Amino acid sequence: MSLDGVTGMLDTVSISTAPAETTGARRLRSGLRSFLDAAVTPLSVDDLLDHFAPLRPAATGLQGRIVAVDSETTDAATIVIKPGRDWAGHIPGQYVRVGVDVDGVRLWRTYSLTHGPRPDGRISITVKAIPGGAVSQHLVRTAKVGQMLQLAQAEGDFVLTPPAPGAQQKLLLVTAGSGITPVIGMLRNLYSRNEAEARAAYDIVLVHSAMKRDEVIFGAELRAHADAGRLRLIERHTDTDGLLTTADLEAEVPDLAERAAYACGPAGLLDTLEAFYDERRLTLHTERFRPTVVATDAAGAEGGTIAFTGPSATTLEVDGATPILDAAESAGVLMPSGCRIGICMGCVLPMKSGAVRDLRNGEITVAVPGETHPDGVPIQTCISAAAGDCHIAH
Amino acid sequence: MTTITQKPSNPIAHLSSEQIEALGAELDAIRQEVLDTRGERDAAYIRKVVDVQRKLELGSRALLLASIFPPAWVAGTVGLSVAKILENMEIGHNVMHGQWDWMRDPKIHSTTWEWDNATPSEAWKHSHNQVHHAHTNIVGKDNDLGYGIMRVDEEQRWHPFFLAQPVWNFINACFFEYGIAAYDLELGRNLRIPKEKRSEAFKANLKGTLTKIRKQATKDYVVNPALAIPTGSFLPALAANFTANLVRNVWSHSVIMCGHFPEGVETFELKSIPENETRGEWYLRQMLGSANFSGSTAMHIMSGNLSHQIEHHLFPDLPSNRYAEVAPKVQAVFEKYELTYLTRPFVPQVASAWHKVIRLSLPNGWLETTNARNLPSQLVALYKITTADKRKRRVMLKLLERKAKQEYAEAA
Repeated sequence: MSLDGVTGMLDTVSISTAPAETTGARRLRSGLRSFLDAAVTPLSVDDLLDHFAPLRPAATGLQGRIVAVDSETTDAATIVIKPGRDWAGHIPGQYVRVGVDVDGVRLWRTYSLTHGPRPDGRISITVKAIPGGAVSQHLVRTAKVGQMLQLAQAEGDFVLTPPAPGAQQKLLLVTAGSGITPVIGMLRNLYSRNEAEARAAYDIVLVHSAMKRDEVIFGAELRAHADAGRLRLIERHTDTDGLLTTADLEAEVPDLAERAAYACGPAGLLDTLEAFYDERRLTLHTERFRPTVVATDAAGAEGGTIAFTGPSATTLEVDGATPILDAAESAGVLMPSGCRIGICMGCVLPMKSGAVRDLRNGEITVAVPGETHPDGVPIQTCISAAAGDCHIAH
Repeated sequence: MTTITQKPSNPIAHLSSEQIEALGAELDAIRQEVLDTRGERDAAYIRKVVDVQRKLELGSRALLLASIFPPAWVAGTVGLSVAKILENMEIGHNVMHGQWDWMRDPKIHSTTWEWDNATPSEAWKHSHNQVHHAHTNIVGKDNDLGYGIMRVDEEQRWHPFFLAQPVWNFINACFFEYGIAAYDLELGRNLRIPKEKRSEAFKANLKGTLTKIRKQATKDYVVNPALAIPTGSFLPALAANFTANLVRNVWSHSVIMCGHFPEGVETFELKSIPENETRGEWYLRQMLGSANFSGSTAMHIMSGNLSHQIEHHLFPDLPSNRYAEVAPKVQAVFEKYELTYLTRPFVPQVASAWHKVIRLSLPNGWLETTNARNLPSQLVALYKITTADKRKRRVMLKLLERKAKQEYAEAA
């Protein structure tokens, strides 16, 4: 058992020896709570309180309220959010899943947190509007102060390991485009707390690529850090300088092998860097924004595979014209079903990833892990056919 | 009402199968138009309704804490009745149809919603969405036709038992939520099965329903009145809850009667429905098997937009706030294909539904052949039919029907 476990046990012991009236008070409170819940069943008191104070502790879902939308470049903005009281905090470099209602539909995306823990308790994400990106366009162009967002707790292990006391850690940070967002969170955290201490603890080289100078998100802030001598900044403007190559990197950062390396940016860059680091048997920490790309077959001619996870685990090859329900049943999967004509919702199952086509009007529904709701997107299997490879929980 | 295939003039005989499919395509296009424009405005609507409903219920219940004072009792009871109606009709019914599933909000979703009603949402979704909406008005298949206790069609043989059906119907209206719970459980059919032979599914459902009923009753008749004890309002609060449930029950029963019971709504024989009913044919059955009522916006919202029962049956998964908007387009399709779009104001529509319940509680032809002058002799005849043995009764029923037909022919 680890030491943590032992301390944990000690805590438990000290709680259980707390004065009896505390236990009594707690019991009274939970009794009162059940009584009030019984007064509003089938809702709970929390459901009702959510209508008045959605950010209070113990709200039924973690939410946040937008308190500022600050534009960074012409197509990027920082959204400052006041999270609900149940927000458990984060480590700079981590990301948060955000559920945004775009034209009435809740869409989930993942964004890096761009501040360290702030004294005012607010969190921020910086979003670059991607052409055709429903959520990013909404957040940058139409999101308003006061708007509510759904949140999940911070996640991710793209975080710095603090050096031992007295030692200095050499860092290489390689970022491109909006890949700067987790890194800015790290930098802000380091230099906003105790600058002298941070300078002593870290020797930082930041290599950042963007299309051109005025498209560098946080450009002014990064240059200010460099001017103040807090880090060495190597800016690369790919429109004029071309894409960063590993040879460029070696030339620019001769002591690369001595530096703990962190990279965040497009898949192409990360793949190249990973191969380069693997070859040299060096460690590289990466953060990928879009781990999965869902192949969609909009025409519906191709079909795909249906993989059921959970108790009915099995995989089927299906065509693009047969309802998933029929295909699964003919393969012997015990499926929930109802009217079989798309009106009763008796056959709905959550699709964790993949794409399906509504056989009535051809509309495509896509589920992308990390982007759509963690529990999956509910689909009606009786009127949906596979439009790619799908994972369905059942 | 006679099943459509037994009628002398079949209201769809003039339609070719190509026309029926064309009609289906036109209705599909109307549906698609709504899907294409569904968005933020609709999401804001349902969230607003849910918000208003919850605050109204909370406010009304707060008022009832002091319901010993008559003004508080009246305002609280009215508010609670309206809140319960909104919760069941415009919110619960429609959310459980999946009308708002497209928002992907787990809090307003058909798979998670539980409503303020005796029957658990799972049970209701099965009997309502799956059985009633798919098999609308097919005699013997759609249990909504008379809920298994009433005679709703001339072709159902008359039995003295049915004389009391106006009374059943009234009692069902008052305790409608329990009626629905029993109906979702198929209680009548299941109770006839010997106890040890009843299915596990039925036993589990029964347990679920009893739990739900206990929780609902505890809320309305124990906890909320108990909270009012400090002002001495236990009994008034209890009465207020009872009244609100009664009002909600009678109102929802009336709205639902208007949807499929009024004179002029068609019913269907199971054997007349093709094995593989096409989308067009299914649409057509929904068109003929439903009726609307007209009224103000408030009336539409309080009915859960079931005042647009025709539109609801054609497009059960479209957001209810859009039915009013598509109604004129749907009506134009009815007119184009020379079908009757059945709509009347609320009161005449309820009256029409009750007229049918009363007419069919009596032997076929009895009401038609009765006037103020011959009432005594007709009553004697009715008494004789009621007390006759099975064989004699059958002969008497035939004679009565023939007499009605003759009179009808003479009048024409």
